[in-house]
Amino acid sequence: MATELVSGNEACARGAMAAGCNFFGGYPISPSSEVAEALARLLPKNGGVFLQMEDEMGSLGSVLGASLGGAKAMTATSGPGFTLMQEHLGYATLAEIPCVVVDVMRVGPSTGVPTAPSQGDVMQARWGSHGDRAVIVLAPASVQEIYEMTIIAFNLAERLRTPVVLIYDEVLAHMRERVELLVPHQEDLWRRPKPSVPPGPGYRPYLANEEGVAPLPNFGDGYRFHVTGLMHDERGYPTTQAKAVSQLMSRLKNKMEPVTEWILPESYRLEDADLAFVAYGITARVAKEAVDRLRDAGILAGLFRPRLLWPVPVTDFQKLLGHAGIAVVAEMNQGQWVEVVERLAPRSMQVLGQGKLGGEPMTTEELMNVAETLMQKGARVL
Amino acid sequence: MNPGKALLRQDMMPHILCPGCGHGIVMSALVRVLAKRYASLDQVALVAGIGCSSRVVGYIDANTLHTTHGRALSFATGLKLARPELTVIVVTGDGDGLGIGGNHLIHAARRNVDLTCILFNNETYGMTGGQLAPTTVTQAFTTTTPYGNHESAFDATALVTAAGATFVARAQAYRPDLLEGLIEQALDHRGFSFLDVLTDCTEYFSRKNQLGAGSDLLFSQTRSDTEISLDLTEWPRLQEPDGFPVRNLMPMGVLHESNRPTLEEVMELPGYRPKEG
Repeated sequence: MATELVSGNEACARGAMAAGCNFFGGYPISPSSEVAEALARLLPKNGGVFLQMEDEMGSLGSVLGASLGGAKAMTATSGPGFTLMQEHLGYATLAEIPCVVVDVMRVGPSTGVPTAPSQGDVMQARWGSHGDRAVIVLAPASVQEIYEMTIIAFNLAERLRTPVVLIYDEVLAHMRERVELLVPHQEDLWRRPKPSVPPGPGYRPYLANEEGVAPLPNFGDGYRFHVTGLMHDERGYPTTQAKAVSQLMSRLKNKMEPVTEWILPESYRLEDADLAFVAYGITARVAKEAVDRLRDAGILAGLFRPRLLWPVPVTDFQKLLGHAGIAVVAEMNQGQWVEVVERLAPRSMQVLGQGKLGGEPMTTEELMNVAETLMQKGARVL
Repeated sequence: MNPGKALLRQDMMPHILCPGCGHGIVMSALVRVLAKRYASLDQVALVAGIGCSSRVVGYIDANTLHTTHGRALSFATGLKLARPELTVIVVTGDGDGLGIGGNHLIHAARRNVDLTCILFNNETYGMTGGQLAPTTVTQAFTTTTPYGNHESAFDATALVTAAGATFVARAQAYRPDLLEGLIEQALDHRGFSFLDVLTDCTEYFSRKNQLGAGSDLLFSQTRSDTEISLDLTEWPRLQEPDGFPVRNLMPMGVLHESNRPTLEEVMELPGYRPKEG
C-alpha cells in the first residue's frame, strides 16, 4: 500500500489501473482530461491500450467494442461529452456491455463554464438517454473515495453487465488529497460471469443466470453470438414481440436491485437530528462541517450522504432520515436530487432545496445560514 | 448451393431485404469469400451500424455486432485493438458510413487500423423509406428531395484515400465475380482497407427515379470490368424528365494501394500478426 498526494482525476486513473482496466478510449475535455492523460501514461506500460478517439460517441463506441473483446474498458468526460455519450450509454444498457464512464461535472448547459464545478449532470446521468433505463451512478466525495469507487464501478459493471457512471465535480477532480492507494485482492475484483455451457446450439447468449445477468464470453472465444441495440430474445436475435420486450426490460431493471445493498450511504449524526442535510460529492464535505458547527451552536443537525445516486437508496433514506423534521438538499444546481427527496420524504418532513449556481462551491456559512433561518422560523420538529 | 450456406444463421431467416435489392448479392459474395478462407468464423468479427446493409451481419454465424447509427467503426477499432488477432470486418451503408458516421470513417482510415470496411452504397436511406443520402446524385428524386437533389454526392473512395486508407477499391453488385476478388484483396491487405460497393435500392431510389427493377438498375450501371456508369440519361426510360443529370463514368477495381505500418504495429500490440505485404 502506498500513500500519495494525488488529484481526484489522478486517483481515478490509479483506481482504474488497480481495478485491472486495460482499455481507455476518450476525447479531451475540461475538467476531466487528466484522467486520460494519466492513463495515456500508465496503460501502455502495463499491457493496456490507450486510444484518443475523434469524438465522444467514438470514445464510448471503442470502449464497448474493446469490452466485448474481453477488456476492462472505460472512458472519462465532462458534461458536453457526457451528452454525446448518451446514445452509447443506452446501447450498453440494452446490449449489456460492461463499461465505466466517468463524468467530471462542470457548469452547464452547453459550453457553460468549462473549468468550474457544478453538480448539474445528476438528472442527465439518470435520464439522459432515450427510453427506460436502469442506471448505476456513483458519487464520491473525496479523492480517496474517487480511487475506491473507480474500482467499485468496474466491479459493478462487470458483475451486472452494465455501464456504470462515476460522477464528481471539478473541485474534486483537481483537489489534491492524501490517498491510500490500496491494492485490491484479486478475489475482490469481480469479473463478468462466463457461460457454463460450451459453444454450440445449447448456448443462449442472453439467457440470464440467477442474478438476472446473462453470462458473457469474449468475442473470439468460439461462441459466435449476436449483439444488437434492437430489442432481442435470449438468442440475441431482434424481436418486436411485446412479451419478449417487456421481459427483457424487466430483467434489465431487476438485476440492479442488489446495488442499493452493496453501496450504502453515509449517515452522519443523524440519530437525533432535527435538521438533516442531504448532500453528495463535494457539497457533502461542506455540509458535514456545517453539521458540526451547527451542533456547537445548539442546533441538532445531521447529514445523509448518498454514495449511490441511482438507483435511489430508498430503504436507507427512510430508515436513517425519516424522523428529521427538515431536510435541506444542498447541491450545485437548480434542484435535481431534491426531487428524489421530495418523493421519498414522509408528509411530516419539510424539504427545502438549496441550490447554488455560477461555478463556486457551496460554503459552510451558506448552509449554516439556511439552517439557522429555518430553525428560527420554528419549523416543525417531531 | 452457395458454399457459404453453412456459415449462415438459418434460424434468423427470413432476412429483411426487399426483392431485387442488391445487398443480398454483396452479402453472398462476402460469405463465399469467408467460406473459402475460414472453416469456422470463431476468429472473425463482423461489425455493422444501422440501416439495411448493417442488418446483414446478423445472418452470418460469426461474432456479430450490430451497433449504433454510423458508429460501427469506433466499436470495431476498440475491438480490434483489444483483440488484435481477430479478423474484423465492418459493414456499413452510405448514409451510415458517410452521413452520420463520416467522422469515424475518415479517422479509421487515418489510423490505418488493420480492418476491412465494406460500404454498401445504394445512394439512399432505404431503411427509413428512401430519403436523400450524401451519395445521392444531383437532381435525383427522393422522398426528401421532391424537386430534385440540390446537393453534390460524396465520392467515398476519394474521401478515404485522402484520409489515409491504404487499400481503396470500388465494386458493384452486378459483378459479384469482381466483387469477390476485391473482397479477397481487401482481406489480404495489411491496414485499413475500404470497398465502395454500388448496389441498388429497388423499392425507393429506383422507383422514385423510374430506374426499373433490381436487375435492370444494376445492369444500367455496368460498363466494363473497370468502369461503372452512373449516367442515368442513357437508360431509355430516363429520357424524361428533361435535364436529369449526366453522371460520370466511375472507375471500378483497386483505386489506391499503399503501404505503411498499421496502428497495431506502431502500438506493438501483442497478439497482432501482420499480414505479408
